[in-house]
Amino acid sequence: MSEEETVTQPEENAATAPADTGADVPLIEAPADTVAGEVVLRLTDVVKTFPGVRALDGVQLEVRAGEVHCLLGQNGAGKSTLIKVLAGVHRPDSGEVEWRGEPVTFANPQAAMRAGIATIYQELDLVEDLSVAENAFLGHEHRSLGFVRRGKMARHTRQILGRLGHGEIPPGRMVRALPAAGKQIVSMARALSHEARLIIMDEPSAVLAHDEVENLFRIIRELTAQGIAVIYISHRLEEIREIGDRVTVLKDGRTTAANLPARDTPTRDLVSRMTGRTIEYVFPDRPTDDTVGAELLQVEGLTRTGEFADVSLNVRAGEIVGIAGLVGSGRSELLETIYGARAAEAGTVRMAGRVLRPGSVGAAVRAGMGMAPEERKSQALLLGEPIYRNVTLATFGRYARLGFTDAGRERAEADRIAESLELRPRDVSRPVRTLSGGNQQKVVVGRWLLGGTKLLLLDEPTRGVDVGARAELYQVIRALAAQGVGVLLVSSEVPEVLGLADRVLVMREGRVIREAPAGELDENTVLDLVMAGSLMEGAPA
Amino acid sequence: MSDATPTPTATPERPQLPAQSPPVDPAETAVAGDKAASTGNRLSWWRGNGGEGAKRNLGLIGVLAALIAVGAITKPDLYGDPTWVWNNILAILQLASVVGVVTVGMTFVIIGGGIDLSVGAIVALAGVWCTTVATQSYGAGGMIFAAIAVGICVGLVNGVLISYGRLVPFIATLAMLVAARGLAASISNKQTQVSTSTFINDIAARKVLGIPILVYILGAVVLAGWVLLNRTTFGRRTIAVGGNPEAARLAGINVRRHTMLLYALSGLCCGIAAIMLTSQATSAQAAMANLYELDAIAAAIIGGTLLSGGRGTIIGSLLGVIIFATITNLFAINGLSIEAQNMVKGGIIVAAVLVQQFQFKSFTRLLARNRLTTNT
Repeated sequence: MSEEETVTQPEENAATAPADTGADVPLIEAPADTVAGEVVLRLTDVVKTFPGVRALDGVQLEVRAGEVHCLLGQNGAGKSTLIKVLAGVHRPDSGEVEWRGEPVTFANPQAAMRAGIATIYQELDLVEDLSVAENAFLGHEHRSLGFVRRGKMARHTRQILGRLGHGEIPPGRMVRALPAAGKQIVSMARALSHEARLIIMDEPSAVLAHDEVENLFRIIRELTAQGIAVIYISHRLEEIREIGDRVTVLKDGRTTAANLPARDTPTRDLVSRMTGRTIEYVFPDRPTDDTVGAELLQVEGLTRTGEFADVSLNVRAGEIVGIAGLVGSGRSELLETIYGARAAEAGTVRMAGRVLRPGSVGAAVRAGMGMAPEERKSQALLLGEPIYRNVTLATFGRYARLGFTDAGRERAEADRIAESLELRPRDVSRPVRTLSGGNQQKVVVGRWLLGGTKLLLLDEPTRGVDVGARAELYQVIRALAAQGVGVLLVSSEVPEVLGLADRVLVMREGRVIREAPAGELDENTVLDLVMAGSLMEGAPA
Repeated sequence: MSDATPTPTATPERPQLPAQSPPVDPAETAVAGDKAASTGNRLSWWRGNGGEGAKRNLGLIGVLAALIAVGAITKPDLYGDPTWVWNNILAILQLASVVGVVTVGMTFVIIGGGIDLSVGAIVALAGVWCTTVATQSYGAGGMIFAAIAVGICVGLVNGVLISYGRLVPFIATLAMLVAARGLAASISNKQTQVSTSTFINDIAARKVLGIPILVYILGAVVLAGWVLLNRTTFGRRTIAVGGNPEAARLAGINVRRHTMLLYALSGLCCGIAAIMLTSQATSAQAAMANLYELDAIAAAIIGGTLLSGGRGTIIGSLLGVIIFATITNLFAINGLSIEAQNMVKGGIIVAAVLVQQFQFKSFTRLLARNRLTTNT
């Protein structure tokens, strides 16, 4: 914080409520009565049932001041419910929550926040059309006589952002205008504006690119150094190894292992406690014989200003081509342009030799393309509609005769897909809303198994999908390739691209900078390529 | 919680994907379709899409029964006479017929994620256009053609403005509401234009097998609308476009063209309604079909159509229209004022939406009880 700002503080403090004194002390200072290593939160046998569901069935958890405590568990293991109990959204049916030595029940989220527990949800709960400062202080604005003290709030926000290493974000900027990483910083600023002693982060890295994750870790380390406890939830084991101190594993609403050392516990142990399986990411073997067929997709000189430039690539039948790159490297935009969801400014897309009309999804689909877009819920699914209608969303017209749909045929086809993809639950008349993330993704991929799709474009196919379902999705993708389908895959997770693809393209700032068989690249090489000279290099480290 | 159920271990050599179904060629479809048709198809024909909509419609029938009970209590002498009851039912249906036809089109537009505020104005414009001296000189056929063509064309203008001009539906159709009535007033020179065609005038006056022709028209439009929504690719596209336009687009559906067609469909329904209304009044004028847009939207919403799109039923909308007509009828036979009637209608709209929200909540609770939700 700058000198001038500190100078003005005392007068303001004299005029306002004592609660505002937080404004001029360093924000990430440990709350005065915090003892490092002291247990701040202890959960004993916490049970939470919803009608018919025992979401939490005896959870034990112990979090110490100044540690990063990781929560591991598959989708549906009860992590989200646990967070909501801690955040005061749900009240436990039985069991004890001990917060700083005293048993508590939070009546509502405000109560939890006042006690010093802040939660950063996966779907960031920011108001897009309010400014950064207004979001940071939403619900507890600096005010006097009913008027919001905008100047003071802005200064305070700038201070917090500075401590987070992002002093460059203007407090007056609308949140809508920020990139995902910036929004997350604002969420964190909100947590700090509450003087939180425990910050819960639900998959904070899911929306971040690799180097932004590094920045996140730096912030977390700074927070914990000041005695603040962090509960960190992530599907990515390598992150837990890097940032975590101890790990608690949940399975079916129960704690199956508590307080494992995050760095030394073998992956095999962690995964087996989550799943009962002893495997982590299982990538299917690449076919030994060269089954790759004729050239299917040819992209030449594809360009969209500001997104990507002069991209040429090809995909053969039966081949999996992976694109590695940071968020913002133009990879998702490229995929959407190939698919016709965006119109190219220059360049051509050919399927089996024939040029496709730019900007026409219909033409791409008729030529045999299918896409599983990045955002499952908002871009791919009709959540309230039954599973079978989601599976046949792209093909119901082909089963129809004279414009009349054939529900029996559609159900039969969807049943067949559900069975081959091991969809759970199998009943295809259920609304797709009721499925877990991994199974929803199977529905989206399954959509394109119908009706002779020749080229499948997959954008982040395993985002938010648990370890077990991931392995199954990888099998499905490989099996499709074995049948002669070409696959073009985009993923933020380099190991996924390297493990699954036959050939890898590395993108940086809208250009393909390297192309090689997957076997010739390793993770470090790709990360170096991806990050060298990237836009974020100038950011404070 | 679906993943928390004991998961069969994923064996690495598991996937035996179905052989890729080849691009469907019609001949093959027929064979496979018939095989499935033996059981599943016939069942699903009447079962439709799940029980949620059906349950809501049962609630509406309950409301209707309650209204009839009120009628029977307040006028026991009338309701004791079977002939009067039959005639009253026909009177209610006839009262509902014109708005009912408009509501069918409106239901499609709302399910498709839009709104059409211009329906009343389109009915007026189509009515005025088909009763001009010039049009009437072509006879009844010319009048019917003119009304329907005007309806479709105005609907298309709405559709083009909304889907290709990217105007918000509310704004585009609000502008059309004003403009179409203005054009109608200008064409008719603010006069009432009398229809001289006995064929047209007989539509509202005649009965076939004891039932007014207008009621047959309503029945035909409702049936066609039901089939279109539930059994055709057009209907499926409507639900997809309204439920998640981005998903529909990425699945290869031409969202813009479909949106345009939805407004044209609404226009078509307005054209039909214009003929019916002209026939009822044996004349047309620029002020006719006043506030039909509100009646149609209210009926669709009472019927369970989600204003944000993606969900709704034709039967629900029909019941909504009939409930409104029954209220009007109830107030008329009790000699109560239009003002009181409007207040009750407003109350019914609010009550219907409240009840639906309650039903939806209990529905999700039911799902949770059956361990279907993933919300843990």
